[in-house]
Amino acid sequence: MGLLARRNLFHDKVRFAVTLTGIVFALVLIIIQFGLFLGFTTTTSNNIDHSNADLWVVFHGVGYFDMGRNFSERKFYQVLSTPGVERAEKYMQAFARWKRPDGRVENVQVIGFHPGSGLGEPWNMVQGSVADLKQEDSVIVDELYREKLGVERIGDRIEIGDHRARVVGFTRGIRSFTTSPFIYAKFKNSLDYTNPESSEDSTAYILVKASAGITSQELQRRLRERLADVDIYTTAEFSRKTRFYWMFTTGAGLAVLTAALLGLVVGVAVVAQTIYAATMDHIREYGTLKAMGATNRYLYRVLIEQAVWSALLGYGLAMIVAHFIVQASEKGGAIILMPWSMSLGMLILAVVMCVAAALVSINKVTRIDPAMVFRG
Amino acid sequence: MREINRASAIRAEGLSKIYREGATELRALQEVDLEVRAGELTLLMGPSGSGKTTLLSILGCILRASEGNLEILGEDVSALREKELPRIRREAIGFVFQGFNLFPALTAAENVALALDVRGVRGGDARQQGEELLAEVGLAEKARSFPADLSGGQKQRVAIARALAGNPPILLADEPTAALDWTSGRTVIELLQRLAREQGRAVVMVTHDPRVLSFGDRIIHLEDGRIVREEAGASKAIASLAFLEGLPGQGSIQAVGL
Ligand SMILES: Nc1ncnc2c1ncn2[C@@H]1O[C@H](COP(=O)(O)OP(=O)(O)O)[C@@H](O)[C@H]1O
Ligand SMILES: [Mg+2]
Repeated sequence: MGLLARRNLFHDKVRFAVTLTGIVFALVLIIIQFGLFLGFTTTTSNNIDHSNADLWVVFHGVGYFDMGRNFSERKFYQVLSTPGVERAEKYMQAFARWKRPDGRVENVQVIGFHPGSGLGEPWNMVQGSVADLKQEDSVIVDELYREKLGVERIGDRIEIGDHRARVVGFTRGIRSFTTSPFIYAKFKNSLDYTNPESSEDSTAYILVKASAGITSQELQRRLRERLADVDIYTTAEFSRKTRFYWMFTTGAGLAVLTAALLGLVVGVAVVAQTIYAATMDHIREYGTLKAMGATNRYLYRVLIEQAVWSALLGYGLAMIVAHFIVQASEKGGAIILMPWSMSLGMLILAVVMCVAAALVSINKVTRIDPAMVFRG
Repeated sequence: MREINRASAIRAEGLSKIYREGATELRALQEVDLEVRAGELTLLMGPSGSGKTTLLSILGCILRASEGNLEILGEDVSALREKELPRIRREAIGFVFQGFNLFPALTAAENVALALDVRGVRGGDARQQGEELLAEVGLAEKARSFPADLSGGQKQRVAIARALAGNPPILLADEPTAALDWTSGRTVIELLQRLAREQGRAVVMVTHDPRVLSFGDRIIHLEDGRIVREEAGASKAIASLAFLEGLPGQGSIQAVGL
C-alpha cells in the first residue's frame, strides 16, 4: 500500500504540484505570522532578557519596561548594602529628541546604564565597544537605524536632547518595536539627554546581580523586606510582564496575534481543501480497493501514508522558503523569528493537518458505492 | 469429478433490493432465486436498469440485499456483519469491471501485486504469483507497462489477472466487453470461459452483447428486477439436444442460443 500511496502522489505531477503549493503556502503563511508574533514579543523584552541581571527593582506599580519612573537613589544604596547582592547598577530608559546632522529630528529611546558593569549593556557589538561609552557624551546605536538616525560611521556627531554627542559604536539586530530606536549611553548622560531637570541622584531601575550561593528568589524576598515603595521582579518575571503588556494590553500585540491566528485558520483551510481534493481525485480507486476486499484499516493506511508524504514534502519546501524569508527579515522593519521549537511545531502541524484533512474524506472513501465501481 | 466441479458456489433465495431516496422507493430486485455453479460461465442478461449490476453487487457482497438469503461457498453471508464482508470478498470473489478500474499510477504487475498485498501476500511470493497471473492471461511481457500504454483488451486481461489474485473460486464481471471491440472482447470472453471450464471457477458475467451468448453455459434473463427466463447456453444445448433428439448439434445453435 506504500507503493500505491507514493505512486498516486507522483503520478499526476500537476495535481501534486498544486497540492504541494497549497501546503507550502499554508505553512509559510503560518510561519510568517507566528514568526512576526514571536519577533514582536521577543523584541518588547529584548533589553530585559539581555540585561544579565537576576533582579529588577522598579518603582511601585511600574508594570513594564517602557514605563520606567524615577525614584530616589537611596534605594540603590539600600540594595547595595543587602547581603547576597554581588552587584547592583542604576539603569534607566526614557524618550528623547535626536537631531540628525542634517537637522531633521527623530524620537529615540535612551537606555542609560553603567558601562563596564556587565549589567544592562548593549549586545552584539559590530563596531566600537561598550567601554567607549565611558567617554563623555558618546552613544551606541544599532546599524539597522543608520539611515533613520542619519549616521554612517563611528565619530559621526549628532544632538540628543540639546546635547552634542558622538556615535562610538554600532550593534547589530537590537530592534525597537516602536518607531523610536534604542540609543545606549552611560547613566549620567542618559539623564542629561532625557530629563535635564531630574536630579542626578535618582534612577528608574536598579539591576541586581545575586551572589553565588543565593537564589534570585531568596534575594528577591530579602529585598522586599528591606525596600518600600518599589517592586522587585526576577528578570524572567519582568520580561514576562512586559511581553504580556505589549501583547494583550495594547492593540499592537493583539493585531499581530490576530494575524497569526488568522494565518493558522487560512493555512488549515487551504491544506484541508488541497488534501481533500487530492483524495477525491482517487475516490474511484479507493472504491475498487474496497471491492477487492481491502478493509477500512487498509484504506486508512493508504490515505494516511499519502497525507504524511504530502506533509513531509510540503514541510521540507516550506522550510526552505521560510529560511529565506526569515533571513530577509533580519534587515527589514520587523523581525520574523523561527526558533527550532517552531520548526518542530510546524512539522507536527503539517502532519496533523494533512492527516486530519485526509481523514475527513474517509467516510466517503469507506462507504463504497457499487454503482461507482461498476460504472463504465 | 464433474459433480464436484458443478458444486453450488452461490445460492441466493428471495433476494430483494429496495433503493430508498427520500420518500421514493425503487424496487431494483424482487424475489430473485439463483444458484451459480462452479465450472460454468453464467451470463446475466437484461435491458438497462433491469437490476443486473445490483444483483452482481449483492452476489459480490459489496451491497446488502434488503431481503433474502445468500450463501457463498456454503457460508451464509446474509447473517454476517458488515465488517466481515471484506474477508468474503478477499477469499471468495474476484471482480472484473466494465471500466477496468486499473490503478493508473501502477504498472500491470503492480496492479496485480496490489490485489495480492490486500490479501497479505508480499515480497518474493507476490512477485512470483503476479508473474504467473499475468502469464495466465497472456500478458507476461506487459508486466512493466502502465495501463495508459495498454489497449482496452489488454487492460481488461490485466484486470482479470488482478481478479484472480488470491485464487478466488468466484469471478463476477459486469459488462467486461462493453468497452471493447469484438476481437478484444472475444479474447476476454474466451478467457473467462476457460477460467470457468478448465479451472472450475464459478463465473458470472453481465452482458448486453448477443454475440457472447454462444460462450455461456447458462443464460439468465432479468427484467424489472425479476428473473424472467433461464436457458441453457449454446454449447450445452447442442449437447443435450443432440443427446435427446439425436440431431447434429450445429443446426440447433440458432434455435436455442439466439
Ligand atoms: N444507488 C442507487 N440508488 C438508487 N437507485 C439505484 C441505485 N443503483 C441503481 N439504482 C436503480 O436500480 C435499478 C437497477 O439498476 P442497475 O442494477 O444498475 O441496473 P442494470 O445494471 O441492469 O442497468 C435502476 O432503475 C437504477 O436506476
Ligand atoms: Mg449495470
